[in-house]
Amino acid sequence: MAPGLEEYLILSALLFSIGLFGAITKRSAVVILICIEIMLVAVNIALVAFSRFITPVELTGQAFAVFVIVVAAAEVAVGLAIILTLYRQRHTIDTKKVDLLKW
Amino acid sequence: MNSMPEMLTWIIPALPLAAFLMLLLLMRPLKIKSNLNGYVSIAATAMSFFFSTWLLVNIVQTAETKFIPGFSWLSLEGAIDIQVGLIVDSLTAIMLVVVTLISLLVQIYSLGYMHGSKSLNRYFAFISLFTMAMLGLVMADNLLIMFMFWEIVGLCSYQLIGFWFHRPPAARAARKAFFITRIGDFGFLAAILLIFNATGTFNISEVHSLAASGVIAGTTITWACLGIFMGAMGKSAQFPLHTWLPDAMEGPTPVSALIHAATMVAAGVFLVGRMYPLFEHSEAALTTVAVIGAITALFAGTIALAMNDIKKVLAYSTISQLGFMMIALGLGSVAIAIFHLFTHAFFKALLFMGAGSVNHSTGTFDMRKMGGLARPMPWTCATFVIGSLSLAGIWPMAGFFSKEEILLSAFNNHPLLFVLAIIAAFLTALYIFRAVFMTFGGQVQSRFKPHESGKVMVIPMSLLAILAISAGYFNATGGFLKLLGDDHTHSWIYGIFGVLGHPLAWASLLIAGSGIFLAYAIYQRRWISSRKIARRFGFFYTIVFHKYWIDELYEKYLGNKLLNSGLFNLFNKFDSKVVDGTVDDVARLNLNSSKILRLVQNGNLQTYAMAFMIGVAALALMVILVN
Amino acid sequence: MGLQIAFWVLALIAVGSSAGVILQKNLFRAALLLVVCFLASAGIFVTLSADFLAAVQVIINVGAVAILIIMSIMLTREVTRGSPSNRLGAPAFVISALIVFILVFSILTTAWPISGAEPAQPTTSVLAQILIGDPGFILIIQMSAILLLSTIIGAIVLMKEK
Repeated sequence: MAPGLEEYLILSALLFSIGLFGAITKRSAVVILICIEIMLVAVNIALVAFSRFITPVELTGQAFAVFVIVVAAAEVAVGLAIILTLYRQRHTIDTKKVDLLKW
Repeated sequence: MNSMPEMLTWIIPALPLAAFLMLLLLMRPLKIKSNLNGYVSIAATAMSFFFSTWLLVNIVQTAETKFIPGFSWLSLEGAIDIQVGLIVDSLTAIMLVVVTLISLLVQIYSLGYMHGSKSLNRYFAFISLFTMAMLGLVMADNLLIMFMFWEIVGLCSYQLIGFWFHRPPAARAARKAFFITRIGDFGFLAAILLIFNATGTFNISEVHSLAASGVIAGTTITWACLGIFMGAMGKSAQFPLHTWLPDAMEGPTPVSALIHAATMVAAGVFLVGRMYPLFEHSEAALTTVAVIGAITALFAGTIALAMNDIKKVLAYSTISQLGFMMIALGLGSVAIAIFHLFTHAFFKALLFMGAGSVNHSTGTFDMRKMGGLARPMPWTCATFVIGSLSLAGIWPMAGFFSKEEILLSAFNNHPLLFVLAIIAAFLTALYIFRAVFMTFGGQVQSRFKPHESGKVMVIPMSLLAILAISAGYFNATGGFLKLLGDDHTHSWIYGIFGVLGHPLAWASLLIAGSGIFLAYAIYQRRWISSRKIARRFGFFYTIVFHKYWIDELYEKYLGNKLLNSGLFNLFNKFDSKVVDGTVDDVARLNLNSSKILRLVQNGNLQTYAMAFMIGVAALALMVILVN
Repeated sequence: MGLQIAFWVLALIAVGSSAGVILQKNLFRAALLLVVCFLASAGIFVTLSADFLAAVQVIINVGAVAILIIMSIMLTREVTRGSPSNRLGAPAFVISALIVFILVFSILTTAWPISGAEPAQPTTSVLAQILIGDPGFILIIQMSAILLLSTIIGAIVLMKEK
């Protein structure tokens, strides 16, 4: 029997939670970015699964996934630029030591 | 002479005020440093003097009390309505003339004495302000307004004592004068409030009539009178609030002559005189006045014996003479007190000017460093001796007549007070002639090259000397006292010569004469060594030399022990522990709670993300549970 | 049957590699595990008959994003410091578990309007129709272009030496 929508969505939920856990707990900015990528992948899986099982002909979900990928790419580019700038100025990308938002 | 238009009365205090404003707002910005400052204020005072004299002549002719309506100053519907107006009666008119005349002469004298001094602008400005306030004080028909002028007078006294504020003793003396008179002022203010509470009015004549009709009576009136007298004690330097006046001698000598001899210190006597209809209803208050006056007269007289600073001698003499006036008031006669105030103003101002002239020439106030000044300074010497004779009460000087009235009144009313007063009179003659002989008698100290002061100083002194002789003759027919309410008219021949028929006159002359002779024996001829006397009466001398340790008592015990380390310390502790403590605790509570709350805003984005996720989870749970 | 085996194997690889990303102490290996995760998700796209997206996933995520991340790891010399965690571990785990629970619960309780139609094969022309066809997302495509342009400019500005 082929896997149904629920299986895909549960897989997506698991990946999302793992990414979330990593994004919250990791101190290295790059790893946080990686975890966010995992979360985006999880979302894409959910979108494509919806597309496959609910709109298999129109493929609206896949169109959404395309946009998510675009935004993810943009986000990675800017995020990494910020991380590198940060590293250049403070010689660390540890979020514990980068808490200027405090004031 | 024509009667003066009523509204012109306003011009009497307005002129010095105008001079003050002109000096302060016009001349000061223009940085005019010459005697022009003095001319402005002298001109204003001279005009005030002219109007005051005109007013006095009118009053003498008509002998009526005029109330000059002013304007409504403060009006609260149904609660309070304060009208500012002027009283013009004989008491006011006499005070006006005394104040303006002495102020005028002192200012002329100042032109010489203060010549070349810095900040002449400030000096004359405050003299003008003082003159204005003093005139306002004697004319005010309203207790509240009177109190305001009373305080302005105190302010000017403070400013002028501390005129050389860069000298620490002067600054200290100014502060002391301000504080100690403030104690008295507190009593005065309390009395005003008490009177207002009892009568609902500040108007002096209304208060008088209410007192006469018995609306205020009993303990209220006694407390009110004591409060008023407390104010008078502060301003007139009566025991035990007298300590500021000797220190006030740190101010320029003309200021001492004007404020601390003739006018401001007399304000206390005037105040009691003005409120006399209240005092008449309180036997206790009158007795207090008389007793305090007698104590002060005697007590200050003894201290004056031991002072070496000529101005200090005069200061204690002033305190003593003010005590005499208080005796007269306590014995029931405003007229006699004001008469003595009147003559005293002239001869004491004269004596101060003489002391200033001596200082101008020798550069010191210490009598031990003076001596033999009679020859190089004939005018100063002559006028000073005239003033001294008048103060000692020698016939036919002005002082004789006024003091004679006081002694007579004491003799008739209260034997104990009479004894105290006659001892004080003896002391008066002794200490003032001690000063005369120490200053003008004996040998010239070699290091000085004394010279007579300029005309601008000698002329006011000569005028005052004439008045110190003749001021008593205003009462030759009893007219002066009649003007103020005591009716004993007689011919002028009796007034001047007839008094000598009374044995009391001879007694007091004898007392004064023996005082002078004793001074002559000790300080001029040196038949008796003053050192030996000091040794013989060592205990007494020590007490007197240290002014009965009153200052030490106030400073060490009252000031330091009781107030500083006791009461104020307590207040300080209360303030720092309870008041500040509460504030601090509130702040600390905020600080600590924010320390906890701060963790929420720790600047770490991941914490925010987690909080965000908690919110998301909570919302989702809610949706699930609701469905 | 083959689809089922493929799904389970790929799902296992995806979950395992993403868990590895978190557990891995070595930053560089974490980045490599991300690549594995991307590849696994591309495989899952294939099982969902989204061939175009699978290719896009491989080209963009594996080819560009992962490389970018690896390069920045090397530039920041963070490898030596490893991948330490902060003190939020326990609450974050609870929250993540809670979210999984909530998601799974709602996934299982929702009645999905499953369409029984056969999926379009190949997807490329259909996607092109949707994205740039007449009733499609052409405006969003143009906005994506603007977004990418501004990203490029932004990255350049950020990295420019002062």
